[in-house]
Amino acid sequence: MIRPDAEPLLEITDLHASVEGKPILNGVNLQVKAGEIHAVMGRNGSGKSTLSKVLAGHPAYRVTSGSVRYLGRDLLDLEPEERSRLGVFLGFQYPIEIPGVSNLEFLRVSTNARREKQGKEEFDTFDFDDHVRDRLQVVQMDPAFLERSVNEGFSGGEKKRNEILQMALLDPVVAILDETDSGLDIDALRIVAGGVNQLASPDNCTLLITHYQRLLDEITPDYVHVMGAGRILRTGGRDLALELEKTGYDWVDQLLAAEGVS
Amino acid sequence: MAMPEGWLTQLPAPAGTLEPVQRRGRLALSEDSFPSRRQESWRLTDLRRLEALFQLSLADQRPHHFSADSWPSVPQQSLRLVIDGSQDPLQGVILPAGISLLEGAELQQALGHTLSRCRCASDWPVELNHGVSQQILALRIRGKVPPVELVMVAADAMLVPTRVLLLVEEKAELDCLQVLSAKGQAAHSHLLEIHLGQESKMNHGLLALGDGQEALLANLAVEQESRSHYSLVSVSQGWSFGRLEPSLVQVDGQASASIHGLSITAADEQFAVHTAMRFEGPEGTLDQVQKTIAADHSHSIFNGAIQVPRPAQRTNASQLSRSLLLSGRARVDAKPELEIVADDVRCTHGATVSQLQEDQLFYLRSRGITQSSAAALLLRGYFQDVLDRLPLDGSQRWLGGNLQMGGMTS
Repeated sequence: MIRPDAEPLLEITDLHASVEGKPILNGVNLQVKAGEIHAVMGRNGSGKSTLSKVLAGHPAYRVTSGSVRYLGRDLLDLEPEERSRLGVFLGFQYPIEIPGVSNLEFLRVSTNARREKQGKEEFDTFDFDDHVRDRLQVVQMDPAFLERSVNEGFSGGEKKRNEILQMALLDPVVAILDETDSGLDIDALRIVAGGVNQLASPDNCTLLITHYQRLLDEITPDYVHVMGAGRILRTGGRDLALELEKTGYDWVDQLLAAEGVS
Repeated sequence: MAMPEGWLTQLPAPAGTLEPVQRRGRLALSEDSFPSRRQESWRLTDLRRLEALFQLSLADQRPHHFSADSWPSVPQQSLRLVIDGSQDPLQGVILPAGISLLEGAELQQALGHTLSRCRCASDWPVELNHGVSQQILALRIRGKVPPVELVMVAADAMLVPTRVLLLVEEKAELDCLQVLSAKGQAAHSHLLEIHLGQESKMNHGLLALGDGQEALLANLAVEQESRSHYSLVSVSQGWSFGRLEPSLVQVDGQASASIHGLSITAADEQFAVHTAMRFEGPEGTLDQVQKTIAADHSHSIFNGAIQVPRPAQRTNASQLSRSLLLSGRARVDAKPELEIVADDVRCTHGATVSQLQEDQLFYLRSRGITQSSAAALLLRGYFQDVLDRLPLDGSQRWLGGNLQMGGMTS
């Protein structure tokens, strides 16, 4: 939902970042306002996932220049846990398995960390049990997954549902969903996308990182950005995604070649 | 390295039920050489810490001081016996039906039998215990008996020798939690013999809790008759120097055993677990998982021997050693030792050494969990299954469900 007077929640300016000394982001500029859904598309290696990890604060990625303002703060100055508590959520492309750690306990601890920052009362074990069962409906998830270890033995679809369940519990201001559609069959995609749509509101924003149009059939973006060589090459409306579906990314190569970037 | 001259002669004169054993042990200590790093089983040991045991006073008839105030209460209908090397653990205790004292000729006949069957009677720590133990707690178990908690305490810079013998009769069932606790730079020399009759079951927990400056020498010898089941769960932490040696033998086969261990070391502690499993008959089983967490510049050692001689056909044994290093300066040595002669067997073994996974830490941190809490959560995930196996709710009662690791509580 585009509202010209909406508050900017995330402002990325000329962001450069590298991993193991190799530059990956080469000047990303992006502003996301409250109520908006942005889709970031691009080929493998274009820098999409790196952008999501940098925003979440992954320690393996080093920001070499540029800035990210989040609700008026310097986001890059914050530890990953502090970003989460303040409302930045990253839905992982490959959610991590943590054997021996109860999913329910993990969800409770992380939810309470966020609620404390929101000035809300923390849940005790019993109240959280009721709350999480209510939120399970967002992604139509079987309560049996609460009793298992975090993501251990979950199918690809179950892991992604567990990610959206976490999003539903953490009530983020900025949700960055890194290829949430990958590995999902069409039914699971609809359920996950339905969850994201339910959670989108005029007070938050969503950054969808995806390769494919099919996710955007379920979640309508306000803006579509195409990344290449570590920066945003083109921005448009949802029509841009439809155009990409037809024309592919060959034009990206031509554009970069014209600029002298291989 | 050696035993200080005159150390043996200043010991109390051999006396009591254990007199012949004391003579035997002292003779062995005087004739056998002190452990050397040239011996395979002592190769990695810091022998100066073993030698330091001789600087301690020997607990004898003088009571040493320990506070039982902080101990958890005993679960209902359980029997707690406190063994401190000097007082009679049965003083004022009424043994429940099914548990009786083993005495006289029966005791003499049973004493040392299992040690011989496990081939560890002449090991140096066993001979040390022979030489210094003043008393023995020997119990016969018949039928299904109430759970037993054996609390062994050492304090006041004393070397506390304790010896226990459990004769678990045919079809008997016993849940037993042993707590070896030490404070004040004290040391334990502990020797336990368990004989399991046919179709008997024993669920054995061993919680060894030092305070950072203490020493532990603990030898467990377990003899299993056919169709018996023995489960050992050991959790140790806080020992400046420790050596835990469970030796099991299945004498006629068709018995099952499981060993689950967790040893935690921090600061400059050194703790070694040497397990030995010998199958002497067919169709025996073993399920063994040994976990180690080493923090700071501590050193953890695991040696797991499994012997499958020719009569032990259709043995099914698995052994897994998993080690977690919490610091770049911590050290782990893990060595499986499989000796298999029988040809129709299934024996698997594996050993892993890892660190806390960066991806797992980041995943938790990205959900608002601090770095230290994330590490504690991952550690809990690593060891919780072992704690949960302790009988008599040992983890909750004695540890409050928590463990200390290099300044971190998990």
